[in-house]
Amino acid sequence: MRVDGRGRIDRTQPVEFRFDGKPVTGYRGDTIASALLAQGQVLMARSFKYHRPRGVLTAGSEEPNALMEVGTGAAMTPNVRATMQEIFPGLVAQSQNRVGPLDRDLLSVNDLLWPFLGAGFYYKTFMWPRSFWERLYEPIIRRAAGLGRLTPEASPERHEKAFAFCDLLVIGGGPAGLMAALTAAKGGADVILVEEAPEFGGRLLSDRQEVGAAGAATWVDGIIGDLQATGRVRLMPRTTVTGVYDDGSYGALERVARHVAPAPDLPPECFWRIRAKQAVLAAGAHERPIAFPMNDRPGIMLAGAVRTYLNRYGVAAGRNVTIFATNDAAHRTAIELQEAGVRIAAVIDSRREAVPQGDYRLIRGGQVIGSKGRRALREITYRTGERVDRLTTDCLAVSGGWNPALHLTCHLGARPVWDEEGKMFLPAPGAVPGLTPVGACNGAISTAACLREGVEAGKAALKALGLRAPRNVTVPEASDDPGRGQALWFVEGKGRAWLDFANDVTTKDVKLAAQEGFISVEHMKRYTTQGMAPDQGKSSNIAALAYLADTTGRGIPETGTTTYRPPFVPVTMGALGAFAEGAGFAPQRHTTSHAAATSRGAPMIEAGLWYRPSYLPRPGETTWRQACDREVAMVREAVGVVDVSTLGKIDIQGPDAGAFLDFLYTNMFSTLPIGRVRYGMMLREDGHVMDDGTTARLGEHHYVMTTTTAAAGQVMAHLDFVAQGLRPDLDVRAISVTENWAQFSVAGPEARRLLNGILDTPIDTVCFPFMACGAVTVHGVAARLFRISFSGEEAYEIAVPSRYGDALYRDLVARAETLGGGAYGMEALNVLRLEKGFITHAEIHGRVTAYDIGMQNMLSAKKDFIGKAAAARPGLLEPDRERLVGLKPVETDGVLTAGARLFSDGSAHVRETDQGYVTSVGPSPTLGHMIALGFLRHGPERLGERIVMVDHLRGLRTHCEVCAPVFFDPDGGRARG
Amino acid sequence: MRYSGWQVLAQGITGNRGWRPAWRGPAPKPAYDIVIIGGGGHGLSTAYYLAKEHGLSNIAVLEKGYLGGGNVGRNTTIVRANYFLEGNSQFYSHSLKLWEGLEADLNYNVMHSQRGLINLFHSDGQRDAFVRRGNMMINQGDDAILLDREGCRELLPYLDYEQTRFPIYGGLLHPRGGTARHDAVAWGYARGADRRGVDLIQNCEVTGIDIEGGRVTGVQTSRGAIRAKKVAIVVAGRSSQVAAMAGMRLPIESHVLQAFVTEGLKPVIDHVISYGMGHFYISQSDKGGLVFGGDLDFYASYAARGNLPMVEHVAEAGMTLMPMIGKARMLRSWGGIMDMSPDGSPIIDKTDTEGLYLNCGWCYGGFKAVPASGHTFAHLIATDRPHDAASRFRLDRFATGRGLMDEEGTGSQHNLH
Amino acid sequence: MLIPCPVCGPRDIREFTYKGHASYLDRPAEDAAPEAWNEHLHLRDNPAGPTRDLWYHGGGCTAWLVVERNTATHVIAGARLTREVRDAG
Repeated sequence: MRVDGRGRIDRTQPVEFRFDGKPVTGYRGDTIASALLAQGQVLMARSFKYHRPRGVLTAGSEEPNALMEVGTGAAMTPNVRATMQEIFPGLVAQSQNRVGPLDRDLLSVNDLLWPFLGAGFYYKTFMWPRSFWERLYEPIIRRAAGLGRLTPEASPERHEKAFAFCDLLVIGGGPAGLMAALTAAKGGADVILVEEAPEFGGRLLSDRQEVGAAGAATWVDGIIGDLQATGRVRLMPRTTVTGVYDDGSYGALERVARHVAPAPDLPPECFWRIRAKQAVLAAGAHERPIAFPMNDRPGIMLAGAVRTYLNRYGVAAGRNVTIFATNDAAHRTAIELQEAGVRIAAVIDSRREAVPQGDYRLIRGGQVIGSKGRRALREITYRTGERVDRLTTDCLAVSGGWNPALHLTCHLGARPVWDEEGKMFLPAPGAVPGLTPVGACNGAISTAACLREGVEAGKAALKALGLRAPRNVTVPEASDDPGRGQALWFVEGKGRAWLDFANDVTTKDVKLAAQEGFISVEHMKRYTTQGMAPDQGKSSNIAALAYLADTTGRGIPETGTTTYRPPFVPVTMGALGAFAEGAGFAPQRHTTSHAAATSRGAPMIEAGLWYRPSYLPRPGETTWRQACDREVAMVREAVGVVDVSTLGKIDIQGPDAGAFLDFLYTNMFSTLPIGRVRYGMMLREDGHVMDDGTTARLGEHHYVMTTTTAAAGQVMAHLDFVAQGLRPDLDVRAISVTENWAQFSVAGPEARRLLNGILDTPIDTVCFPFMACGAVTVHGVAARLFRISFSGEEAYEIAVPSRYGDALYRDLVARAETLGGGAYGMEALNVLRLEKGFITHAEIHGRVTAYDIGMQNMLSAKKDFIGKAAAARPGLLEPDRERLVGLKPVETDGVLTAGARLFSDGSAHVRETDQGYVTSVGPSPTLGHMIALGFLRHGPERLGERIVMVDHLRGLRTHCEVCAPVFFDPDGGRARG
Repeated sequence: MRYSGWQVLAQGITGNRGWRPAWRGPAPKPAYDIVIIGGGGHGLSTAYYLAKEHGLSNIAVLEKGYLGGGNVGRNTTIVRANYFLEGNSQFYSHSLKLWEGLEADLNYNVMHSQRGLINLFHSDGQRDAFVRRGNMMINQGDDAILLDREGCRELLPYLDYEQTRFPIYGGLLHPRGGTARHDAVAWGYARGADRRGVDLIQNCEVTGIDIEGGRVTGVQTSRGAIRAKKVAIVVAGRSSQVAAMAGMRLPIESHVLQAFVTEGLKPVIDHVISYGMGHFYISQSDKGGLVFGGDLDFYASYAARGNLPMVEHVAEAGMTLMPMIGKARMLRSWGGIMDMSPDGSPIIDKTDTEGLYLNCGWCYGGFKAVPASGHTFAHLIATDRPHDAASRFRLDRFATGRGLMDEEGTGSQHNLH
Repeated sequence: MLIPCPVCGPRDIREFTYKGHASYLDRPAEDAAPEAWNEHLHLRDNPAGPTRDLWYHGGGCTAWLVVERNTATHVIAGARLTREVRDAG
């Protein structure tokens, strides 16, 4: 029911939206909850387990009941709190977790079965017969459980993520937070002030109060003006700090545009990473419900929420309201409602000594023990002493006192501390370094205390920041009366009394848990699921703890404390993952030849973060195999060009560069002559192969190392570690130049001819023999030439500064084509290297040793090197290890597959008889059959043996012959030219 | 008290007043045959199988907090047998078989749900590696099916097959893989062990291990000294501290691994999905929350909490793999303390001290191991001989280099995983 | 976490990668006993409290750092360049 003259909504701007298909009209500034309440629609949701009718309990993010699906189609968001979602024209909301209409949910049959569905019932049944779990029980349970629906499409919404930095982060824009921000800003600190609600003010806007000489709302407006005037405060409404992390790092979720109709380029939410030197927590408090029998009906709400709906939204939650309270402050609800013209049925105060604060019927020493009303509250039953009475009412405003919202103080592991006098948990001192809790979240209930603590915290922050406190901040006058209250967590009686509304946990469940031995608070929580629903037990954890303490005859402190983990409120995954999703998930690295390759129709494949051409099809070629066969033949018979820039390139310089490389590689590099290249292998310190590649010596103190594409980053970090950590005695520096040089391999019998067409000074095999390197010029551009081969042909790698890469690649390919060759891709490169038995990371996959790949003779005995000691462990040198071999099919058309297992002929195909596996395969057009590399127990001792390759997954059995891992030109004559 | 549907009905009708405690709360006796340090999943299952398989019952499990309070109650609940290295392969296969009979064995519904686990691959090289894994799984007698892209699309239509940075080439389906209700596993074993006479002693912290002449004689605890003929250390997350009480330094570093759950949702993900490129794995709990995790935060830590960069990375991976998840909200995060061994595989072995046994190094994969870990550890403790399925989890494999089990191929050295 | 890089000043943890305990700097001699190598490579104190570990500022100045850090609280007391730690002995 809307109340005239109250609320902060804009009554000049009606807003129409839809709820469960029906149009509803509210005003700008309304939430879904306030607009529905204004229309008398108290039924808003169904509960999780029993599917009981539910209305709103709160007016904030801690709402356990009124969760809805908002939006339509791919953009539909489930589990939206009706208390937080502001309405806008065209908003579509619907109730969730129901079968059939909201008022006739078929699953409410569960409510009749409640005696059988208590805490942990599912651990005790559904066990027979076994196969029924996946087939019957689990599907039924899954369908009944869950809340809103997640539509399977991507949302069109695009959220954002941002960083922010400040001297002081103030969390909460109520009286304490406002004063802290103002004090700090006036003292010269850069402040971020975040407030979860659309407006700053906190309880000052939810209650009718006076601050200074004026109404609280006027005072808040003034303070906001003052804050803006400092020019040092970033005001962030609709923002919730969700997590506290190390060293002043905070996560915060801003609802940037959730309150307006969706528009392109308007991010609905933004996740902030805030780095603050100091922080003030002024998060306020959450009101406690009381667990009395049947306390979950629509119309039973927290008293503070009833005042919030009245004072912020101009909505009376009922026409005939009853208050059930344990404290003076809640009486304010009756007075404020009466002033607004709402009838008060009674105030039932659990305290015998309660005094009326206005003209209403006060029932002292009373406790509500029951309620009636199927879809909305109709009547309550209460007890005073021995006497039981009934009262007709359509809204029950409940207050069991307040729990400080200290959640964020627990995020670094601190536990809250029980305050026996205030009967509440308080933040542990020093819980979060640099964060000061003030106001209600620190146990200060009165407005005056909040204002005072805010100023003090602002001053303390300034001191910590090395700034001086301002003189011109005064604490305004406000009520200093915290009121008195009594702790009343639950009321005994017949029927279920809910603790956790969201997960349907009642006092019976906690009692049952204790009866079954789950008396540790963590056990109780896990057994009953108390506090594990979307509201994370904000309004119920402490009461459940208190009830458990009572049931087990212990005090609250001995029973244990609860703790809280991030996030404080659930965070939209789309905001957390913004910007780095989809194609942005990892950087895309493109070579300089990328455009040229794609323009030739090459399918690009991922190689680490790089893209490389799989093959470069020519007209008429319809399969990768046709292109691959042609490209291989091209290299073997004429010349091929491939971009090898993705390999890591590390420039190493200094007088001790040779000694440095000797320590990194298993073999010697200090002895490498200038102008020569050598293949090198490096181990990890654990004795296994880390990477391989060639390193060229360009000068007395100058080497260039190449790494594999995959290991480039790892090797660079390794070099830095060795240089700085293990061998700082060496005078050497290393830097990655991978992106500075475009490098192309030119391979094949016509390679030299092709190169001599572009080199300013031609080369021959005498001045540029196999494994030579040196400076050259290409059309006047300084370049480097390396005569190295990964194909087994006479081959050269030519490197030019990256800006020339595109031009050089196109030129090389065009010239190759005139010589009967052309560009080749990764498929052909793989076949070419397999024919020569060259290994890649398919073979050096992290678990192999130099011994396993037949390179133990590369482990120099003359020097120490990384991995030397560990490689000498006996287990790494045993002959029955799986060791590198070549494999060829016995039948020419035999199929070999990577990942297949190897077995001795005639043995069973099981783990116990397994002999090894295949790592790489390729169709060799040169040899006319498939070839493979693999690892076989005792491998090199079994050359010529016929074994069986088994690919269980693909149903393949292929007889193959073990051979040396070099299939083509074993003495290497072709590469030497 | 036997649990059954009938019992639930009968108790429900009579006000649920007849349910008995799931376990007793005994005070520690002065001496036991066997003291197990650690009342987590592995310690409880060890106690259970010592009693059940070896007829021993003069056993105490000492737990410094509450039963099942460690990683058994803080994980992503995945149960699988898809390892491919000798040693791991037979062990996890053994474990999965125990899982498959666990409800009947324990008379406790641990909700073991064999909904199928799919490892996605995103390049030819990754496919080859998963083919190798799948073939080894079948070698071991377990199940594996190779899916192509269309096969994945059929089972997982909500993944992004069009725009991801690392396109989905296919997946390896492990039909018997799935999930279980983590807490129930601890409670089921606890109840089973208690029913067989094992003393489960909570809030009892071990402060010292007594050794005389190279032989263990008992433990010092916050509730007094307890003599024991044999002592078993099963305290993943605190292994280094407890082993130090016996003068040992372990090949263990402790790291933090975060995991997450969303708010409850109606059924939308029916499998367990693992997305290697993003270090991301996800399933949906029976309650409706999407449960997912990522990689280690990657620094030594006992704080049982992580930091934002990994939280964001995990969300990014989730969004990349299944954009629909962008509409869900992360409800809760938690961090567990992982016993990281050098090669990423566990240790179940005797120590140099007679009568002192060690079970540790579960890295981030201990949950699915709970049944076999307890089963094989119980065998070792009872018989002083390793169980066949766990004979390769030796403590000395790092010194000898023999039988290293580096599934990820990142190195058998700390902090390479 | 914020790591106080001696070169760059306090920088976010995102810029760093981790290697493990600072004992990696104490590499045994080539001919040291296998036990010494096993200790170096595998065995760790793994303290729940103050420790010294190695971080690489790969997203910054590429310095390797020895960071004084508490594994129980994540509080960082300071950081030095490995090069200087080694030079100081």
